[in-house]
Amino acid sequence: MIAFVNSLGQATLRAFAALGHAAYFSVDLARYTPSSLRRFGLVIDQIHAIGYRSLTIILASGFAVGCVLALQMYYALVPFGAAESLGLVVNLSLVRELGPVVTALLFAGRAGTALTAEIGLMKAGEQLSAMELMAVDPRSRVLAPRFLAGIVSMPILAILYSAIGILGAWLIAVELIGVDPANFWSIMQSKVDITRDVGNGIVKSFVFGVICTGVALYQGYETQATPEGVAYATTRTVVFSSLAVLAMDFILTAMMFSTS
Amino acid sequence: MAKKSTETLVGVFVLLGIIALAFLALKAANLASFSAAKTYTVRARFDNIGGLKKNAPVRSAGVSVGQVTSITLDKNTYQGLVIMKINDTVKFPVDSSAKILTAGLLGDQYIGIEPGADDKNLADGDLIKQTQSAVVLENLIGQLIFNKAADAGSSNTPAPAPGASLAPAPAAPAAASGPKK
Repeated sequence: MIAFVNSLGQATLRAFAALGHAAYFSVDLARYTPSSLRRFGLVIDQIHAIGYRSLTIILASGFAVGCVLALQMYYALVPFGAAESLGLVVNLSLVRELGPVVTALLFAGRAGTALTAEIGLMKAGEQLSAMELMAVDPRSRVLAPRFLAGIVSMPILAILYSAIGILGAWLIAVELIGVDPANFWSIMQSKVDITRDVGNGIVKSFVFGVICTGVALYQGYETQATPEGVAYATTRTVVFSSLAVLAMDFILTAMMFSTS
Repeated sequence: MAKKSTETLVGVFVLLGIIALAFLALKAANLASFSAAKTYTVRARFDNIGGLKKNAPVRSAGVSVGQVTSITLDKNTYQGLVIMKINDTVKFPVDSSAKILTAGLLGDQYIGIEPGADDKNLADGDLIKQTQSAVVLENLIGQLIFNKAADAGSSNTPAPAPGASLAPAPAAPAAASGPKK
């Protein structure tokens, strides 16, 4: 019994210590990020690796989600004679929620794991220690450009996701089902607000970019320098960033859309 | 060389993002309604515009031919002044009439234009004179309740004051309830 309480207390302390450590790490990351602007070439390289290389999965997924959403919503809306609101429903769900959230989840799986594994292996190969020996701070040379690239890439990917999803919905609704195209667009234009809907979606994806990239970098940087350690860190990247994104999405949605 | 191509690809990536944002803003949201098609504007006054909104479609025979650009209150007549733009390729005679209709039971409201027979066509800035207001459900229900009450009143008690004006009322419900059975 005593042992149980003891272990419980230790686990709690460990959790607090990890949280504090992560907070320190975040502050460091935020402090070093502006300096990466001076080495912009590194950021470009990372945007290529993180953003550009994620395009395929993001576009394919966005298109599929848009098509499926249009098909399903059509069956739900037709009994009410509101099939023309299809575009609006798809647009709002993509721009407000699905775009930022699904992009963040895919991003965590596609780019976050790669970041963690890369930095974890750098650490395992003692490249990070070697940099420190050469008086190069790995946080500003390795972490900061990746962090900035992640923050830049995520909103772009989310916007592309929403746009291709709406195009997919248009393809299904107008070309396949035969919804009136003028109404498909005009109902959308009359109901979707650029700042409230599109703007808030971009703010969301920006926050998710910070979360996903930050978690991935933290897990990579703090990994145990062994093959199992890297594998474990990669798994945790996906789990933690997904959970954090979903929780944060609820909070952001409550803040942004509750009073409109 | 590899460096250059990376930069190009990132440039493509950012450009794609900007194009997608422009698409969302212009085509799928309300920033501006860019349309390449040429249009002309037509005005119409309605006693009651109901739930008509800006950007609502303008249709003729169910086919979308234009869009509502602004809705204001005419300060002189206290009517709703609706300004709409209609595709340049579609011309309507000057004695055409405009109605505010509803798409489906719960659908959005739109303007329906019924062409007249005049030889002259509506030009830019013209006013459609014959209009029919939106059907307001509350008014309809109110009218129905009022009629019912009047019927009940006139059959039970010797006509109260408003009953006199509804003298032909008993005949109408009889005709209306006939086909129901």
